[in-house]
Amino acid sequence: MSTVIETRNLKKNYEMGSVIVHALRGINLSVETGEFVSIMGASGSGKSTLMNMLGCLDTPSDGEYLLDGENVNNLTRNQYADIRNQKIGFVFQGFNLLAKTSALENVELPLFYDRSNRVPHTLKAAMGALERVGLADRVHHQPNQMSGGEQQRVAVARALVNNPAIILADEPTGNLDSHTSVEILALFQELNDQGITVVLVTHEPDIALYSRRVIQMSDGRIVGDRTVKNRLIAKEVLPTLPTIENGENGEDKS
Amino acid sequence: MKWRNVLKAAIKSILKNRMRSLLTSLGIIIGVGAVIVMVAIGQGSQYRIKKEIDALGANMLIIFPSHSRMGGVSRGAGSYNRFTLADTRKLQKESSLCAGISAIVASSGQIIGGDSNWNTRIYGVDPKYLEIRAWPLKSGSFFTERDVRAKAKVAVIGQTVKENLFPDSNPVGERIRINNTPFQIIGVLSEKGQDPRGMDQDDVVLAPSTTVLYRLKGGQYISFMMASAISTKDIGAAQEELTGLLRDAHKIKPGEDDDFVIRNQAEITEAAASAAHILTLLLGSIAAVSLLVGGIGIMNIMLVSVTERTREIGIRLAVGARESDILVHFLTEAVVLSLIGGLIGIGIAYGVGEILNHFTELTALIHPEIVMMAFGVSGAVGIFFGFYPAKKAARLNPIDALRHE
Repeated sequence: MSTVIETRNLKKNYEMGSVIVHALRGINLSVETGEFVSIMGASGSGKSTLMNMLGCLDTPSDGEYLLDGENVNNLTRNQYADIRNQKIGFVFQGFNLLAKTSALENVELPLFYDRSNRVPHTLKAAMGALERVGLADRVHHQPNQMSGGEQQRVAVARALVNNPAIILADEPTGNLDSHTSVEILALFQELNDQGITVVLVTHEPDIALYSRRVIQMSDGRIVGDRTVKNRLIAKEVLPTLPTIENGENGEDKS
Repeated sequence: MKWRNVLKAAIKSILKNRMRSLLTSLGIIIGVGAVIVMVAIGQGSQYRIKKEIDALGANMLIIFPSHSRMGGVSRGAGSYNRFTLADTRKLQKESSLCAGISAIVASSGQIIGGDSNWNTRIYGVDPKYLEIRAWPLKSGSFFTERDVRAKAKVAVIGQTVKENLFPDSNPVGERIRINNTPFQIIGVLSEKGQDPRGMDQDDVVLAPSTTVLYRLKGGQYISFMMASAISTKDIGAAQEELTGLLRDAHKIKPGEDDDFVIRNQAEITEAAASAAHILTLLLGSIAAVSLLVGGIGIMNIMLVSVTERTREIGIRLAVGARESDILVHFLTEAVVLSLIGGLIGIGIAYGVGEILNHFTELTALIHPEIVMMAFGVSGAVGIFFGFYPAKKAARLNPIDALRHE
């Protein structure tokens, strides 16, 4: 197994006027290929900041970050954009799909910006990704015609389409009801079983139980790193959950 | 990024806000439309002036006597070395580049004929006069070389004279008296209309040059001469030939100034057209201001659009769009928007041009070059005014953009 994520003493400081806020105080983290890690912590623990660093959306104030064996410190904006494009798939809490744009086109989006042209058949790749998340029959629907769960599936398909080294999910179930949340977790578990590395940020302990490893953060530091014993298998949990019929099925459309 | 995708995305986002896109383009629509229509009106009047001057005659040269100089002393306007009929005959005989040369003996007088009388201009001319002026007869015939030699008392009258003296009958063969000298009408000129200065060219009586000079006016000097070059490209050569012949006739030594002036039609056309050209420029630049205002409208809306779509920009950045990709997105949108406006503006301009041509006195002449230019300018306006908002969008920080509500 190779190491996908490796950080050495990663720090991030924000200057708020004269006050310096230490959001990350030295993170040493290593994630291997095929892991399913959840990063837990209360608000302000620094988990979102860490997520932004890992996703190359933000640059650390200090420390080193190796992604997929590549040192990604001190790169230009364009280089960060290309890394996001080719190595990382994002799934956000608010889905972040383009409005009035079909599921298919949303999934194709990362491929438009792919300068390496690793994926020659844009349409085929996008269709394939949508099939993997079980939305082959809804490719021409727009976000406002889909339920929250379906929108999040589209977002997962978009994250998958570029064959990234890692999928980063920031509170992916935060806007979903419990049943739909488990459905999405089932999808992540399925993808993880296929060998895809998943890093998930959440503040809900219940959600973290579906991952294989939990990293606990507090005040900008890692305070716990444990393997989940008896992890929950979403597919087994689903039938036991009370199903909410007609309408309320995660209709959050933010 | 593939251009097809960029264009598709731009058109899509324009169509998402149809009404707003239309209102944004409206500035460009009006601007482009106004520029084309205004320039078309300017060029239409240029064209009309040129046509009126062309109607004066084909490849025409006018030879005026000018003041002479004696030892460097200009002797003023009264000291003309005036032309005689002998000058005209010499030119007629020796010129090889002129299709026709005519003396003009200008006079005026009271004409009595039919049941009334009329005061008009009387021109003594040579048989080639009508050819030089490209002026056909309506009826009857024109006088000949023989009439000129014989100082025949024959006359050809213009339409205005005909209408005043013989409103209801054919005047050919009728007798009139010009300053108490009896003339026979042998022809009637077709209608020529006004000259560029607004003078009624049909208010005229033509008679042989000799007749007017010797029988009506008295004296030996003619007023001026008209000639026509054998073709348009020979106008310059004909002018030089006539200059040489006339200097010879007037025994002007080399180095001395001409005592005459030859004007060609191109010069006259140019003088009149330059006034219309200034009008075109003026109208065009006023209209260009509205195009500028239209551009500012595009910038305004694009800035609003960037703020509104901050989250979309964040998503695009997160999935790997480079700064330049976002720049291209917004720039393309601005350019497409203004080009669409340009196209609609061109369509409207053609419509307005048709309306002007059919229902008003104005002539609108739409040249394809102006249309191409206006279209190009509208694209340039899109680039110019779209750049700042696009740059602003491209500079956004992905995290902030994603958090934007």
